[in-house]
Amino acid sequence: MKNKKNLLASPFIIWSIAFIVLPLCMVFYYGLTDKTGAFTLDNIISIATAEHSKALWLSLLLSFISTVICLLLGYPLASILAKLGKNKNSLIVFIFILPMWMNFLLRTLAWQTLLEKTGVINSVLQFLHLPTLNIINTAYAIVLGMVYNFLPFMVLPLYNSLTKIDPNVINAARDLGANGLQTFIRITLPLSIPGIISGITMVFVPALTTFVISSLLGGSKILLIGNVIEQQFTQASNWNLGSGLSIVLMLFIIINMVVTSLFDKDGEGAVL
Amino acid sequence: MGRIAKRIYIILIFVFLYAPIATLIVLSFNASKTRAKWGGFTLKWYVSLFQNRDIMEALYTTLLIALLSSLIASVIGTIACIAMDSMKKRPKSILLGITNIPMLNADIVTGISLMLLFLSFGLKFGFGTILLSHITFNIPYVILSVMPRMKNINRNTFEAALDLGAPPLKAFFKVVFPDLLPGILSGFLLAFTMSLDDFIITHFTKGPGIDTLSTKIYTEVKKGIKPEMYALSTIIFTVVLLLLILVNKPEKEEKKILH
Amino acid sequence: MSTKLIDLQHISKSYGNNIVLDDMNLYIRENEFLTLLGPSGCGKTTTLRIIGGFENPDSGCVLFNGQDITNLPPNKRQLNTVFQKYALFTHMTIEENIAFGLKIKGKSAQYIKDKIKYALKLVNLDGYEKRMPDSLSGGQQQRIAIARAIVNEPKLLLLDEPLGALELKLRQDMQYELIRLKNELGITFIYVTHDQEEALTMSDTIVVMNQGYIQQIGTPEDIYNEPENAFVADFIGDSNIIDGIMIRDELVSFLGAKFPCVDKGFGENKPVDVVIRPEDVCLVAPENGVIQGEVTHLIFKGVHYEMEVMANGFEWLVHSTMMFPVGAKVGIKIDPFNIQIMNKPASEDEEAVGVEE
Repeated sequence: MKNKKNLLASPFIIWSIAFIVLPLCMVFYYGLTDKTGAFTLDNIISIATAEHSKALWLSLLLSFISTVICLLLGYPLASILAKLGKNKNSLIVFIFILPMWMNFLLRTLAWQTLLEKTGVINSVLQFLHLPTLNIINTAYAIVLGMVYNFLPFMVLPLYNSLTKIDPNVINAARDLGANGLQTFIRITLPLSIPGIISGITMVFVPALTTFVISSLLGGSKILLIGNVIEQQFTQASNWNLGSGLSIVLMLFIIINMVVTSLFDKDGEGAVL
Repeated sequence: MGRIAKRIYIILIFVFLYAPIATLIVLSFNASKTRAKWGGFTLKWYVSLFQNRDIMEALYTTLLIALLSSLIASVIGTIACIAMDSMKKRPKSILLGITNIPMLNADIVTGISLMLLFLSFGLKFGFGTILLSHITFNIPYVILSVMPRMKNINRNTFEAALDLGAPPLKAFFKVVFPDLLPGILSGFLLAFTMSLDDFIITHFTKGPGIDTLSTKIYTEVKKGIKPEMYALSTIIFTVVLLLLILVNKPEKEEKKILH
Repeated sequence: MSTKLIDLQHISKSYGNNIVLDDMNLYIRENEFLTLLGPSGCGKTTTLRIIGGFENPDSGCVLFNGQDITNLPPNKRQLNTVFQKYALFTHMTIEENIAFGLKIKGKSAQYIKDKIKYALKLVNLDGYEKRMPDSLSGGQQQRIAIARAIVNEPKLLLLDEPLGALELKLRQDMQYELIRLKNELGITFIYVTHDQEEALTMSDTIVVMNQGYIQQIGTPEDIYNEPENAFVADFIGDSNIIDGIMIRDELVSFLGAKFPCVDKGFGENKPVDVVIRPEDVCLVAPENGVIQGEVTHLIFKGVHYEMEVMANGFEWLVHSTMMFPVGAKVGIKIDPFNIQIMNKPASEDEEAVGVEE
């Protein structure tokens, strides 16, 4: 009986090895060899070249800024939604699920229309006699695109962790003399850390590694590390270099996970 | 005071999230071919959409990939959940850890790793490679949805069914499966949505001559997006919106009656 | 006569169309153990939350020592609450939980340390300072929740079904524990429960509530022996509630027989509810009873036998130390002072009567 049940796992185990583990091994193989197949660290060391390190630094900077903005925008939103009660689930759906059915490339492209010199936003600003906004094809537009695309990934885990807090725990803090701010800092915030952690991971990783948002909103001049890697595969056909840089990228993803898990003692935030 | 501030905040976020969507819908009715200026109202893109073979083919591919990949992922994922449920803690957590890799890893790395795999084994890039990739990143979503349901299932009900004389397979489909079904369904829907919205992994695993809507749009970016794309997106969006409203409405009425 | 610590005046509260409290008036004396008792949805928890400051009444006011605190936020009130399911801060140690209120008030480290020690001793959990709430049993978490509240030296402790999540034996132990604590601390307790046994065991005063109205206020003995209406009689313990006619003062007729009683002032030939406790029904030989019947069920309950007796078309519930087998013919006799007479509610609305003490 037991053996039979374990046998059931075999399709998934085989699939995982073939399409998750093995491909990652390929990345490491290509990343640590040169074109002739000989072992080398050059692909990884090449991150130190001016061009690559600049792209990596910019990626880290922009994704860090985007993550912070998402957290600052998302936390109040999540707590408002959490307080609305459980029967407001449709609001959640409209924030998270529905936009996904409009293609993400088109949605991001639409920001071009909105941000252009003569675009919608500037027309409105001009009409109100306010200074116009010229951020298209700059790093600012990339940050905006990242926040726009990844904000839901921040709000969802925050919302989940905030709704898990027993309202009486908040009441208890008030009852014991804490004012609104003290209650937030000492009770609500610490109890929502698992949500903050997974929110940060879910925003930071895709923001750090994106190449689409930067190529759609950043013009062709701004290269993020994702763009560099993508070019190695689609244009330069230098898989070894692309893989090497991917290994560096994964290193940063792992660092992010380790750092965030240090704050998450219970490990609740590990999955979503 | 605070209530009004909260309302305004939610509305602002909604404007932020929906402004691009509204823009796309407006563009789908724009008679001018460039998105930069408004050339008057038209429905012609909705007509020409259905005559555009490229777009219809990409739509077909996208839907087929989404349907097949989420179906297969649902089967593999559900079976995996059942198997993992009776596993010891150690192998189970290792397996769950592997499951999480595609979700936690960057899409670009997942994409290139699969690309390298297919290259090394000499697979022909095309429909098959896209499908394999989509199944791979869909399985975790199914497992994530089914696993919590698995925990809630009372083992005794399965054993009771056996005790009452049902053969194991029948006992499973009669007793356990109905309990898992909501989880499988939501996993399937989540997988379907993810597959539909994916660009990055498809970008690296597709071959020449085949496109999903996402990759088609990406290649069009430099030439200028065909307005038919806006029309198609508007149609898809509207259909899903209507479905959501239909699904949500009866629930609300029920709640009122309960009160 | 001690002073009124809490005085609720004309409190009303509703959620949407659902009226939870309607013009409620109630006061609590200093040093009283007062229990709000009633089925779920009767408004008892809402009353407690209004006193605690977690809800604002739609109308009416809350006086604390004569001062209006209706609009004072919870953190400014000189009272503390022990919540349902304890509401401990799971991310803090026991020590940090107990110190929470004191730290907010800016007490010195030494003072806080002493207080924690004192409070843990009081609830018999010395040495638990560094533990996390999750590692404690339900009963222990309960004691910590009480310790966390009382270190702040509130004049009034609100307890919202604090024993609800505990198993029977533990619940009984905790009842004695709570009485001991109250006596040691000398503060006022307001206790919310739906468990009549808990209410009867611990309280000085019981307030029976139903559907947003106070049904009766009194000592446990009053409530049990002299229920003012059929709801109270039915909710507190088991009762036989029978339709009757008050023929004149001190004589009531029901089930086709006349019984002398001690109640007066109902008028003549008025329909009333007659309430008789199962232990007050005397089973005798048929010829000695006022009415005759037959035993239909018999269960041994330990301290007594529980029997059902069919007599004159009514199924009587009887508790007795004497056993009559099923099928036995018996007579029923009731002492006049064991018959409680209650006015029939004239309409559905009046079933819930607002009562002022």
